[in-house]
Amino acid sequence: MILEQYTLQTRGLTKTYPGAVALRDLELNLPKGKIIGLLGPNGSGKTTLIKLVAGLLTPTGGEITVCGKPVGPQTKALISYLPDRPYFGKQGKVAEQLDFFEDFYQDFSRLRAERMLQELGISPQSRFRELSKGNQEKVQLVLVMSRRAKLYLLDEPIGGVDPAARDYILNTILNNFDQDGTIVISTHLIADVEQVLDEFVFLHQGRIVRSGNVDQAREETGKSLDELFREVFKCLPNC
Amino acid sequence: MEWKFAGDQPVYQQIMATIRGAILQGELLPGKKIPSVRDLAAQARVNPNTVQRALTELEREGLLLSGGTSGRSVTEDQQTLEAMREETLKELARECVEKFRVFGVSAEQAAQLIRTLEEE
Repeated sequence: MILEQYTLQTRGLTKTYPGAVALRDLELNLPKGKIIGLLGPNGSGKTTLIKLVAGLLTPTGGEITVCGKPVGPQTKALISYLPDRPYFGKQGKVAEQLDFFEDFYQDFSRLRAERMLQELGISPQSRFRELSKGNQEKVQLVLVMSRRAKLYLLDEPIGGVDPAARDYILNTILNNFDQDGTIVISTHLIADVEQVLDEFVFLHQGRIVRSGNVDQAREETGKSLDELFREVFKCLPNC
Repeated sequence: MEWKFAGDQPVYQQIMATIRGAILQGELLPGKKIPSVRDLAAQARVNPNTVQRALTELEREGLLLSGGTSGRSVTEDQQTLEAMREETLKELARECVEKFRVFGVSAEQAAQLIRTLEEE
């Protein structure tokens, strides 16, 4: 059953690459207004899942709906996606990206983006290649979070940056979060994100091995999500 | 308010404890408004839904009053405040006694130790 109350639903979602199964029979129901951690070791299928939802890959089997609609041009307007690697031309200026987002996305607030860039002390006139890696990642996040999307897909938003930049990124995510949107954060840095999450999904070799509400899991197990993750994954083969 | 979170306890309960502490220490005053969910979440760097849950629980306990659109305030009811103070201190004592017990020290011996420290 496809329900519109869920921002993201998958049914029997499967993706195989030649010689490898990336996702098998994935059943997900992600509600509105939550921050969800997509957690798993490298190669567990996090990026594949995000790319399928973003419409950049085609499933081998099963279905995906975003706000009740099958993935397609319609759902692209609902999704704000932060890829796991930079996708801007390094030659361009930050302001050109602002123009691009403004042209392309109706729900983009240039004012909001400019305000955040100002807080960061990044001039819209600066070129991407002149920015540090941390600042490049922050600019991309600012752009992605300046949309009023229904679903934000953030693939490793805190991957390659120092702890201070990590704090800034998590604050930006929290400050822009509202009850209309759902945010999916994929990462293997669990200790850094667990305070920010409502729910978690542990992914291992393309399957969900555990999922639920973070505080409830803490209450039931007396463990932090980080400890629970280590425990769950210690018992599993190949990681 | 100082926000520090231990890993092994639900975050919403830790937020509740921090707010109770702030009331006891006079940082949040009876009858006065408390910061909004959004502000608290930003300060504590936690999910606003979790803050919301903590505040709702404190409302249920009667410690916070919901003022509709004007936000929440701390109760002025002396009985509720006194009961919260007592419960918080008891909890502190309970934790303390448990720690002593690990070392085979009875509550009576612990009390004796605390008295000796006081006199010094």
